Amino acid sequence: MCTYEAERISVTGSAKGANGWFRATDATVYYDHPVHFGAGHALMVDVINPALGASSRVGLELNAESARELALAILRSLDGVPAGLLES
Amino acid sequence: MTSNLQARTIHFNSYDDQSVEAYLATTEEEQAGGVVVIHHFPGYDEATKEIVRKFAANGYNAICVNLYSRESPGASSDDAAAAAHARGGVPDDQLVGDVGAAAAHLRALPNSNQRVGVIGYCSGGRQSVLAACSLDLDAAVDCYGAFVVMSRPDSTMTSIVDRLPDLSCPLLGLFGADDQYPSPEQTETLRELLTQHAKDFTFHEYEGAGHAFFAVDRPSYRPEVATEAWGEIWNFYGQHLSSAK
Repeated sequence: MCTYEAERISVTGSAKGANGWFRATDATVYYDHPVHFGAGHALMVDVINPALGASSRVGLELNAESARELALAILRSLDGVPAGLLES
Repeated sequence: MTSNLQARTIHFNSYDDQSVEAYLATTEEEQAGGVVVIHHFPGYDEATKEIVRKFAANGYNAICVNLYSRESPGASSDDAAAAAHARGGVPDDQLVGDVGAAAAHLRALPNSNQRVGVIGYCSGGRQSVLAACSLDLDAAVDCYGAFVVMSRPDSTMTSIVDRLPDLSCPLLGLFGADDQYPSPEQTETLRELLTQHAKDFTFHEYEGAGHAFFAVDRPSYRPEVATEAWGEIWNFYGQHLSSAK
């Protein structure tokens, strides 16, 4: 199904897209039809900067299991950072 | 029928005087009907343009508006679709305006017989029904459109049951029996509502098919079902779009 629904958050950082590095300001997360991944549905992540145009985007299309593993890996990496190194 | 055709990208002013991009395929047939193709959520992509050409090869003038071209001019279809997701989708009023402008563009073609139908896939299925309830059209095809009879909370995908009394033309619905959005129960609800409103409609539900069985570039593609369903489309449009107004 196509829902148009997405979790949208503000992010601080950079991403490397088709046109090189750009400042990332937003990310959207949704479960919908993928463009390239060969499945009916996928967990999609877009890291974007709308002010720079639609092409300033890094996109991911993952199956549900991979997406959960990625989310957990991100949390494990952050939890494992030595005290005092985490920057806001 | 295999007709000679010409296909190209065009830009024209839509209902709000804003320029929109569209893909137009015209047939060399005289007195041709027109078809407005509404692309699925993943966008104005190669597979959708192939559908537009398919209509022209079968004797129709066909057009697909890039529903995302206002906000993402020149972007690739996948980037534009991602941006549309971030914005929460295409407002219904904008969709109706763009379909109406596209239909007018088809009627203005020199070989037009003044009859225009609409067809939409996935989210475009709902939008096809919406357009047919909002515009003066001659035939509408809904290919597995969800959220016609139910709403998604906090979403632009809202039920359009209150619009069904205004359905202006015959409706052909093509659905997969294994689909959950729309589910067979939702399709039955739509069938009951259209019957109550005394509307002209025909539904087909295909066993062994789920959502997006027409999508040749996706694992959901079901070639036998798609071939049969294309036959229904040719019969339906042949009945309602072929004769001159």
